[in-house]
Amino acid sequence: MNDILQLNPKGLYCSEGDFYIDPWQPVNKAVITHAHADHARWGCRSYLCATDGKGVLQARLGSDASIETLDYGEVKTVNGIALSLHPAGHILGSAQVRIEKDGQILAVSGDYKREPDPTCTPLEPLRCHVFVSESTFGLPIFRWPDPAVVMADINAWWQSNRDQGRTSILFAYALGKAQRIIAGLDPTIGPILTHGAVEKFNACYREAGSPLPPTQYVGALDDKQILKRSLIIAPPSADNPSWLRRFPDRIRAFASGWMRIRGNRRRRSVDRGFVLSDHSDWDGLVETITATAAEKIVVTHGYATEMSRWLNEGGRQAEVIPTVFRGEENDAGSESES
Amino acid sequence: MKAFADLYRRLDETTSTNRKIEVMVAYFRTAPPEDAIWSIRFLIGRKPRQVVPTRKLMEWAAELAGVSDWLFEASYDVVGDLAETITLLLPKASGSSDRPLHRWVEEHLLPLRGLDLEVQKKAVLAAWNRMDDVQRFVWNKLITGGFRVGVSQRLVVRALAQFSRIDAAAISHRLMGDWPPTADYCRQIISPDTHDADISRPYPFYLCYPKEGDPESLGPVKDWQIEWKWDGIRGQLIKRSGQVFIWSRGEELVTDKYPELKIAAASLPDGTVIDGEILPWRKGRPMPFSALQRRIGRKTVGKKLLQEAPVAFLAYDLLESDGRDIRQTALARRRAALSRVISPLPGNRIQISPVVVAETWKEFAALQRESRSRGVEGFVMKRVDSVYEVGRLRGSWWKWKIDPLSVDAVLIYAQRGHGRRAGLYTDYTFAVRQGDGLVPFAKAYSGLSDAEIRQVDRFIQRNTVERFGPVRAVTPRLVFEIAFEGIQKSTRHKSGVAVRFPRIARWRQDKTVEEADTIETLTALMPLGSEH
Repeated sequence: MNDILQLNPKGLYCSEGDFYIDPWQPVNKAVITHAHADHARWGCRSYLCATDGKGVLQARLGSDASIETLDYGEVKTVNGIALSLHPAGHILGSAQVRIEKDGQILAVSGDYKREPDPTCTPLEPLRCHVFVSESTFGLPIFRWPDPAVVMADINAWWQSNRDQGRTSILFAYALGKAQRIIAGLDPTIGPILTHGAVEKFNACYREAGSPLPPTQYVGALDDKQILKRSLIIAPPSADNPSWLRRFPDRIRAFASGWMRIRGNRRRRSVDRGFVLSDHSDWDGLVETITATAAEKIVVTHGYATEMSRWLNEGGRQAEVIPTVFRGEENDAGSESES
Repeated sequence: MKAFADLYRRLDETTSTNRKIEVMVAYFRTAPPEDAIWSIRFLIGRKPRQVVPTRKLMEWAAELAGVSDWLFEASYDVVGDLAETITLLLPKASGSSDRPLHRWVEEHLLPLRGLDLEVQKKAVLAAWNRMDDVQRFVWNKLITGGFRVGVSQRLVVRALAQFSRIDAAAISHRLMGDWPPTADYCRQIISPDTHDADISRPYPFYLCYPKEGDPESLGPVKDWQIEWKWDGIRGQLIKRSGQVFIWSRGEELVTDKYPELKIAAASLPDGTVIDGEILPWRKGRPMPFSALQRRIGRKTVGKKLLQEAPVAFLAYDLLESDGRDIRQTALARRRAALSRVISPLPGNRIQISPVVVAETWKEFAALQRESRSRGVEGFVMKRVDSVYEVGRLRGSWWKWKIDPLSVDAVLIYAQRGHGRRAGLYTDYTFAVRQGDGLVPFAKAYSGLSDAEIRQVDRFIQRNTVERFGPVRAVTPRLVFEIAFEGIQKSTRHKSGVAVRFPRIARWRQDKTVEEADTIETLTALMPLGSEH
């Protein structure tokens, strides 16, 4: 890719600093942009992440993983390379990796969004010579509605279900999306219940000082009567008959950027699809890439081919690097994994 | 337009039948009749024909969105729906339109047809400019002729019946045939006076339910009237006030497509309605369905076609006799009356569908095995005391179809699906072995479960060897059993055969490509003497 960063079968490698960024296989030193499974793999000897993200990363990797941290903006010098982490606005502790050597600056975005999110530090635009950008939603059909309006819709939907005495079940990725939604729910409507996978990360968020309203693990529920008024947040993988059986009178919804496309919503056959993503939409990608003023843009994840072609046509130098994850598969269930 | 767009959104949001009815009833309660009549029309699938060329619409939308052609195409490929792609790409809406549906349709949509492209463009852009996202989507669906929503006509009828407290059958009857989209007609649809005068109006068809398993379960043979299941187009012949009307089951008036039937039916007494099957017919037996296909697409027919693909009407039932609706009398009596109406007719253009006689179900089973050589699809079994009902119901009328033909074939091409399957590779082309290679012979879209579709989709993404536009050629590895109803010679297909209603019977994960069937096996399934 260039003389500072190279792509090899284990992932994106900085040879002079001898570290990988979000490696796909176990390595000695891994710099992690955020704790989602396709960016943070098990089995590395040591990990480095943003201080805010340590709790969730530890929860994901287990207590014996060796994790070092850097505060946002703090510089660590390795072998003449200045390494620093900067907010990406994706989930709690998500970071862009900035590498500087001899005045040459590279930045690897990880996943990012520009929309406000009460549970994480907002994206900090970087200026760099080479920018490695995600492009999960790199097509102009993906444009997000105002998240404040979406949250109001979610609350109104919950209220209307509650008025009919029905349980609201909202599927959202367990790490990040779930907490962002919980932070925006109106707890005066009713009890907020959670699937175990969500509750585990709620604890990490609270420990990191994120202001979440009270939630209750649905498995430990004594009083079944409150189900009629409750909203349950669960990961998409819970959307199966054996888990749902406990909530006979229910209405299901799914919160994801993929819900922007009607076919995705219909395929999941949920009652409602809320368009809410922790990734950038098309405009967000374009603005962020432009703000870097990078001479070269390297695109990865999602519609990378399209994004790179579009950038090239606009007179910018862009190329695609493949990822072993997801490829172009568009499974509405695994959005935030990327 | 607001109320209709909202109705569309609510119907689209739910998969529950009861909820859909609720939503429609709520809409009918408040919608003014001049709007409701258009909604009814669109909901039951009578969408307007396409008024603006698709190419142009894409061009205008891309231009307005500031998106190049290839990026528009790439987006369309992911969304899988043109109207939706346009909606998602257009600049953010600044408001929504309060103009009622009937005015949008009558003043803006319908007059668009045939206008100069520049004028059309102006009108379409102006419409987009006034509408919000859901309105734009519905509008785009309407002008591209692709409006569809997940409700059946039956469901709309149920909602109208619930709302008006009028008998569903009466409403069903009034929704058939040609009617004007006016406020007056809307009132007529839900009018408590169920005497309807329109002489052209057909009755709703009563359809057979597929019989699975042993026919012995139907009880004594003598309780049943059994006929061949003819492979044509179900139709209704109407003779009232000296005029003939022919309707197809698709509720299309097809009188002019079958002039030979129109002439023959002129000798029927006034006040006669006959249910039957339109068949390509020569020398006392049906011709292959492909002969009829040549007639279906034509508005009018020339002499040559009339000679090459003549049709006959095989009468099943008498619904109206001497101007009286006799659907509630027993089948045995209707059959006797039918026979009295048909036998004096000159020629054999209109003939009665013969009753097949045998003593036991075993004998019928043996006869049923002759179906293919007789050019029929099996049997139809009707209870002799049955009344003529509406729709496809279990109980009195059954069809007992012969098993489909099938071969094991190899998946070689795939294309992305639309609608519910948008974005997934669900449209497949299958091939059989020919020498050392493979020759494509059928396309199939249905038959796999959602889980299997996802698996095949993943296979396609990982095993694409070549792309031709939206079509991907894949490594020939997956084998499927493809079932179909019939097979004929064809000069238009590379394989030299055309199969009818191909679908995926099952995924043969146990078979390799080498074990797939050959073109010889496939052609051997062709019945003798079907060189059409």
